[in-house]
Amino acid sequence: MLEDRHNIKSWFYLAPALVLLGIFIFYPIFNAFFLVLLEDYNYLRGDFQGFTLTQNFRVVLRDPNFGFAMLNTMLIAFVSVPLSVVIALLISVWLNAVPIKKLQGFFQTIFFLPYVTNAIAIGMAFAFLFNQYYGLINWFLALFGVSPINWVGMGATWGNAMTSLLVYVTWLGLAFKIMVFLSGLQGIDKQYYDAARVDSASRPRIFRRITVPLLSPMIMYITVTSFIGAFKAYTEVIGMFGERLGPPGNDKAMITIVALVYDALDRSGTTGALSEAAAAALILFAVTLIFTFINMQVSKKRVHYG
Amino acid sequence: MEITLQNLTKVFQSKKEDEVVAVDNLDIVIPSGKLYGLLGPSGCGKSTTLFMISGLLKPTEGRIFFGNEDVTPVPPEERGIGLVFQNYALYPHMTVKQNIMFPLENVKMDRKEGLRKAQEIADLVGIGHLMDRKPRQLSGGQQQRVAIARALVKSPRVLLLDEPLSNLDARLRLQTREEIKRIQRETGITTIFVTHDQEEAMSISDEIVVLDEGVTQQVGRPQEVYDKPNNLFVAKFLGTPPINIFDGRIENGRLMIGDANIGKFTAPDQEVTIGIRPEGFKIVERSSFQVNVEFVETIGRDTTLIIEHPEVETPESFEDPEDDEEQMDASAIADEFAPDTDDDMDLTPKQTIRSAKTFRAIVDADYGVEPGDTVKFNVKPHKMHVFNKETGELIKSDA
Repeated sequence: MLEDRHNIKSWFYLAPALVLLGIFIFYPIFNAFFLVLLEDYNYLRGDFQGFTLTQNFRVVLRDPNFGFAMLNTMLIAFVSVPLSVVIALLISVWLNAVPIKKLQGFFQTIFFLPYVTNAIAIGMAFAFLFNQYYGLINWFLALFGVSPINWVGMGATWGNAMTSLLVYVTWLGLAFKIMVFLSGLQGIDKQYYDAARVDSASRPRIFRRITVPLLSPMIMYITVTSFIGAFKAYTEVIGMFGERLGPPGNDKAMITIVALVYDALDRSGTTGALSEAAAAALILFAVTLIFTFINMQVSKKRVHYG
Repeated sequence: MEITLQNLTKVFQSKKEDEVVAVDNLDIVIPSGKLYGLLGPSGCGKSTTLFMISGLLKPTEGRIFFGNEDVTPVPPEERGIGLVFQNYALYPHMTVKQNIMFPLENVKMDRKEGLRKAQEIADLVGIGHLMDRKPRQLSGGQQQRVAIARALVKSPRVLLLDEPLSNLDARLRLQTREEIKRIQRETGITTIFVTHDQEEAMSISDEIVVLDEGVTQQVGRPQEVYDKPNNLFVAKFLGTPPINIFDGRIENGRLMIGDANIGKFTAPDQEVTIGIRPEGFKIVERSSFQVNVEFVETIGRDTTLIIEHPEVETPESFEDPEDDEEQMDASAIADEFAPDTDDDMDLTPKQTIRSAKTFRAIVDADYGVEPGDTVKFNVKPHKMHVFNKETGELIKSDA
C-alpha cells in the first residue's frame, strides 16, 4: 500500500522531465525507427505505400552527397578529435605548471572563452581569418614566402576548405577539454611528482608514465564525448560556410551527415524525403554507437580508475 | 655516506608577508651507515630538513654535504637518494613490480638486470610474492614495504624516511620498526628518518637529534639523550610516561620540593624546575618526601602510583601544535607535506588523567600499595634532572 502511493507520487515528481524528454527525445527516436520502415511516405499527404526494411536506406546510400557527407564527418571526427585532445592535454599541462597563481587564472579564463562564445560567431571570425586577401592566416604564411591561399573564398578547393574547417573545429573543441584536463591535473597528488623526481624520471617520462595514466579517466571521457560530438558536426559547418555548406562555387563540399539529414528534411514535401532523413539519422546513430563501443573496449585496457 | 648539514636554514615566506623559520641554523653530522632519527613535535622542522636533504626543498641558507661533495645545488634526481613518503606515494596505476622498476627504468638499466634487482629487493623487504598486485590491493604495511623497496632498488647513497610508521596501526608499527632496522642493517645504507614519536625514534635509531622550532636541542645516542637531557624540552619530550615536573628550589646545598628534601645538590640557592622520571622513585621507610597515593594502576610487573602534589607543574601536552604546521602551509611547496598526525602521538595512557596536579611513580608491584596509602619516597639521583626555571637549561651539581 505504502509503496504504491510512493510510486504514484514519484511519477509526479518525474513528470516534468519525463514529459519534456518524451516529446523531444523519446517520441522522435521512436518515430525515426517508424518512419524508416515506411515505403514512399509523403508527409504532406500523410500516405504511404506499405512497409519496407531497406528501401529508405538504399535511397540514402545512393544519394550522391552521402559519400561526401560520410567522408567529411569521418575526417572531422578522426582528425579534429585526436588533435584537439593532444593539444588540449599539452596546453593544460603547461597551464598547470604556470607558477604564478594569478597568471594561471588569467590564462585559464582566456582558454575558456571560446566555450562561452557562440560557435556561429566564432565560425564567422574564422572565415575572416582564412580570407584569401586580408586574412591573418595568409598574412602569417606570407612571412614565410607562401603566396596567398584561397582557403574559403570563391571556388576554393575541397582540400583547402576542409583544412580550414578542421583547424576551426579543433580550436573550438579545445576550451572544454582544457578545462576538464586542468581540473583533473589539479586533482593529482603532487607527491607523485616529487617521488618521480627523486626517482630520476625525466619530464617526458613523468608526463607519459605518471600524468597521462592518472589523467586517463578524463582523457577517456573527453575522447568519447568528443567523438560523439564530432559525428554530429553541423553547426561548425554552418558557422564557417553558411547554409551553402561549402565555399562559394563549391556548394555542399563540406556536407556532413547531420547536414544530409537537414537537407532531406528541407524536401519533406517530396515523397520519401522524411524517411530518407530518418534513415540517414539512423546510420549516424549506428556509426556513433559502434565507435563509442570501440572506445569503451580500448578504455577497459588503458584507463586507470583511481 | 656521511652527511653534513652546515648552518642549514629554511625560511618560508607566507602570503601575509610574515616569515616562518622552519629550520634554524641546523648543524649536524650524520655518521655513515647509521640509522639516524630526526625527532621533534609537529612543526619543529624535521620534515623540512628531510626534504632539504632530498633536494625537493631548497635551503634558504647553509650547505648540505654527502661525504665531501657539496650537494646543495644538486637537483633531487641527481642526488642518489631514496625517499619514502609519509603516505608512500606509490603510483596507483602501476603494479608493485612496475613501481619498484620505475627508478631503474629511469636510469635505463637493462630490463633483465632490473627485474632481477627488483625481485631481490622485494624479497629483502618481504613482498616478493606480491609483485603483480596494485598498491590499493595491499595493506598499509605492505604498501610501506613497497615504498621502501622502490627507494632502495636504485642503491641510493642515502635513504630518507618521512614518518615511516605513522600510517600503520600499533601492532604493525612495532613489527615494521624492527623491519626497518633489519633492512638498514642488511643494506648498510645511511638512513635518516623523521618521527614525532619518541618511542619509535629511541627504539630503532643509532643516534637521534631532537629538534624544537627548527633548533637543535640535543644530539646523541637515544639512551644518552634520555639519561642526560640538555634541557627541560628534551627531558619532557623523551620518555613514556613522561617525566614528572616539580617546582622546587636549591637551598643550602639541598634540593627541595615544598618542605621535602629530596637530595643533595651543590649550586647557588635559586628557584628551579625539577624533573623526575617515573621510574626514579623508591619507596623507603624514612624520608621527608611523603605523599598520599590517589590511584594505583597495576600493569603486569609494575605498579604506577598516581599522586597529587601541590608543587607539580602540570605538563603542557605536546599535542595540537597544528598551528605551526599551517603557517608552513603558506608556502606552495610546503603544502606538499602531509601534516603530522597528532592523534596517534603516543601509546601512553591519555594525559587527561594528569590534568590535576598529579605525578606518576612507577614502583615494584611487590610493595602492594593501595589507594589512600601514605608512602615515603627517595629519589634516585640519576633519574632526576634540575633545570633553570627561566631558560630550561640543565643545572649541574658542582659536587
